[in-house]
Amino acid sequence: MSENKTNSSNVLRLTDITMQFGGVVAINNLSLDVNQGEIVALIGPNGAGKTTAFNCVTGVYEPTNGMVYFHGKPIVVNHPQGKMVKQYGGINADKYKDRKPVVYTPDKITRMGIARTFQNIRLFKSQTAFENVLIGTHLRRTSNFLTATFRLNAKEEKAMREKAWNLLEEVGLADVGNELATSLPYGKQRRLEIARALATEPTLLLLDEPAAGMNPQETDELGEFIVEIKNKFDLTVFMIEHHMNLVMDISDRIYVLDFGKQIAEGTPEEIQKNPVVIAAYLGVEEE
Amino acid sequence: MKKGNLRLIISLAVVALLYVGGCLIEQTAGTKSMIVTVLQKGAVYALIAVSMNLLNGFTGLFSLGQAGFMLVGAYSYAILTIPMAKRAAVYQYYNGGWVQFTIGVIPALLVAGVIAALFAALIGLPVLRLKGDYLAIATLGFAEIIRAIVQWDTIGPLTNGSNLLKTYPTLKNIMPGNTVLFTFIIVGICIGLILLLINSTYGRAFKAIRDDEVAAEAMGINLFHHKQMAFVISSFFAGIGGALLAMYQGSLQANSFKSSMTYEILLIVVIGGMGSVSGSIMASFLFIACSEWWLRFLDAETMLGDFKVPLLAPGFRMVVFAVVIMVVVLFFRKGIMGDRELWELGGRRGAKGGRSVK
Amino acid sequence: MFDTLLPYLLAGISVGGQYALIAVGYTLVYGILRLINFAHGDIFTAAGFFMIYLTASLPIGLSIPLVIILTVALGFTVERVAYKPLRAAPRMSIMISAIGVSYLLQNLMWYITGGLAKQYPVLPGLSETIKIGSATTKVVTVVTPVLTIVLVVALVLLINRTKIGMAMRAVSKDFETSQLMGIKINNVISTTFIIGSAMAAIGSMLYFTNYTAVTPTVGAMPGLKAFVAAVFGGIGSIPGAMIGALIIGICENLIKAAGWTAFSDAFTFALLIVVLLFRPTGLFGEKTTDKV
Repeated sequence: MSENKTNSSNVLRLTDITMQFGGVVAINNLSLDVNQGEIVALIGPNGAGKTTAFNCVTGVYEPTNGMVYFHGKPIVVNHPQGKMVKQYGGINADKYKDRKPVVYTPDKITRMGIARTFQNIRLFKSQTAFENVLIGTHLRRTSNFLTATFRLNAKEEKAMREKAWNLLEEVGLADVGNELATSLPYGKQRRLEIARALATEPTLLLLDEPAAGMNPQETDELGEFIVEIKNKFDLTVFMIEHHMNLVMDISDRIYVLDFGKQIAEGTPEEIQKNPVVIAAYLGVEEE
Repeated sequence: MKKGNLRLIISLAVVALLYVGGCLIEQTAGTKSMIVTVLQKGAVYALIAVSMNLLNGFTGLFSLGQAGFMLVGAYSYAILTIPMAKRAAVYQYYNGGWVQFTIGVIPALLVAGVIAALFAALIGLPVLRLKGDYLAIATLGFAEIIRAIVQWDTIGPLTNGSNLLKTYPTLKNIMPGNTVLFTFIIVGICIGLILLLINSTYGRAFKAIRDDEVAAEAMGINLFHHKQMAFVISSFFAGIGGALLAMYQGSLQANSFKSSMTYEILLIVVIGGMGSVSGSIMASFLFIACSEWWLRFLDAETMLGDFKVPLLAPGFRMVVFAVVIMVVVLFFRKGIMGDRELWELGGRRGAKGGRSVK
Repeated sequence: MFDTLLPYLLAGISVGGQYALIAVGYTLVYGILRLINFAHGDIFTAAGFFMIYLTASLPIGLSIPLVIILTVALGFTVERVAYKPLRAAPRMSIMISAIGVSYLLQNLMWYITGGLAKQYPVLPGLSETIKIGSATTKVVTVVTPVLTIVLVVALVLLINRTKIGMAMRAVSKDFETSQLMGIKINNVISTTFIIGSAMAAIGSMLYFTNYTAVTPTVGAMPGLKAFVAAVFGGIGSIPGAMIGALIIGICENLIKAAGWTAFSDAFTFALLIVVLLFRPTGLFGEKTTDKV
């Protein structure tokens, strides 16, 4: 992968991302690539910094150092500043010193085409399943608050509703569209969150533990579902997951994170055999 | 869709009936009767409560600045509508004041809303970046600052300092005998617009922010932009509400727009249900009816034969009232309506989203 | 120059100390419950009325401790009745409840007093005039800062050295975990309200010696200012609250000295907004991050 760093099919690239909270280095110099049409998994023990990595990509956190590219365009650039200059515990502090920091808020990043789901499901609890998806279409609106109030956007509104219903149909939730989102069973809530993310018309989908809390059968179904929507919507998928069966089944490549550091990278077969990964998961006795 | 249309027609018919009813009551009972007072003030409070609900109930912003924006609206209205001939008398300490023109009532109501909205836009820039309870305190603080500035002697020629503003057109003298109709029409239009907004894609975005800010932002909703929008629109209607309140009262003084007024409106919103427009409307009329009319007897010292009824004395009404409010706050947290609307009752939750295609 | 400013400076330190005693109640409660106790200003006012009604029939020496006891009882009751049932409710509900309590207390006091301003009794010793440099002032001006510092030091010691203090620190750090660790949350919260109310009671004695007319809404403004002081100093920090209160008290009086009396209240809120924007954690506050 390292040989074609300028590959035009690159969708997401992290270079030297370091996230430090006070004195704690949560992610240490993480670099990775996700290419067009791939399903890439990010795995690692609890507390390894996986979700933090997602938060750095989606603009929830501002990483302390490093860059994130999306389709070749820098969407995050930062280097240690202010108090961090002294406290900084990572490496490559000077590498981005001359670059102007770039920060986008999460909504801007979503508008660029990165959508996400959350580890602990975050549906809009007072809204129905249908309304949850419908809210996902808001960002592509062309109406302003006046045209929307006076219903001059009726055509667009109709198209939004149609799109939301179609998405519900795609994920198999059309029959519960008018149910309160939080009243749905857990597995369906996960699907709904994906449908809602799809409504924002992403090119890259970030899934944060999509199979958490699912039984083996549901997990299998979810795997098929992810591949299916990836093909149908021409997506690239980057996911965090603990269910190894799912990860090994559907991922093209896997990155392994431990204590904020990348310890391995490769195809599922390579990762399964990698002694470093096995040690990280099972623990090794100190010499 | 058919069912939706039927609901709409029924709703509009009920509203029309209420208007006719209000009119008839005024014709039979007379403008000075207690029930007409309740209808007037209740309607004004309904608008203000709904405007606050848009912010606190629908967008989830705990703002306590409503009295400040009402004050801006009320003053804007009064300053712009005092007849030329009377300015010298009103602004007797300030040489007749700076403003030397007068505009019509309806344009003045609009301008009142716009000026309140402008204030909100300015104030929103810093405060809407604050979270939760800090926002509450900052907006409360700004409302107090506005009150202090309005009473500032240096701009006395504009605001008449801490003196009364009066002789502007009031409810009683612009449509004599039809004050209820006038109030209902203005309030009805405003609340109608708020309802249309709430049920548009922007209203859905507001509710998304209320439910989960992080998820809303991840859905591509610009938090600041939408919060600012809700804040400005809410203040626009609070400004009009303030102007109507000025019209109802007949004279105006900055000192009556204290934080306790905001608290009162907030409590109305809570009683009606956070996130329910119809709840706010009902609670407003109920609140005004209780405080101005039904509970009045509690304030009168009463003798039953030789027996003096204990506790009844001036002020007791408000104590009983406050206790009732506390009971609602503690034990009926959803208020009258929760986050539902009167016209949704009976229908399945969310059925209004109705499947429109296929 | 200094001679003209001195009386304002003294008044500032004095009123600042009084704000500090109220601010302690806000900062402790916020530190633990994350609640702006909107009723705290009214509890402060109630303390004023307690004194008025008690001294009408009792000697002052007996009234002072009784005022403190009654105020503490009031604060304790408010917490038990209006806040405790809402522990699991959203934070907005409990804040609304606080506003409701404030509304109730104000109306109740209006009812009892008939809405008339009452004259605060003269507390022996505090109201006599003394001369400091070129300025003539009341004894209370000197007593306030001294008493405030003594009480704040005592409180800091209580929080840092005693078992209940440790429990309070633990609860303010992490509500749920400390509950799991066997700390009796409700006792800790009650203690917080007791301390806050006692401080407010002492503050009211000093405050109303200067501003002798007590009305049902008189506490609202000093209450809000004390809250601002608590935010300014860094919410949760007791020394911070004291320093914040002193700064606000002094600035407010200097603004009056400059002839901008109308803006002395507005200044406090302007300060609040500036602090919240540029240093949301206040002078001595700790930084927190939200978890996604």
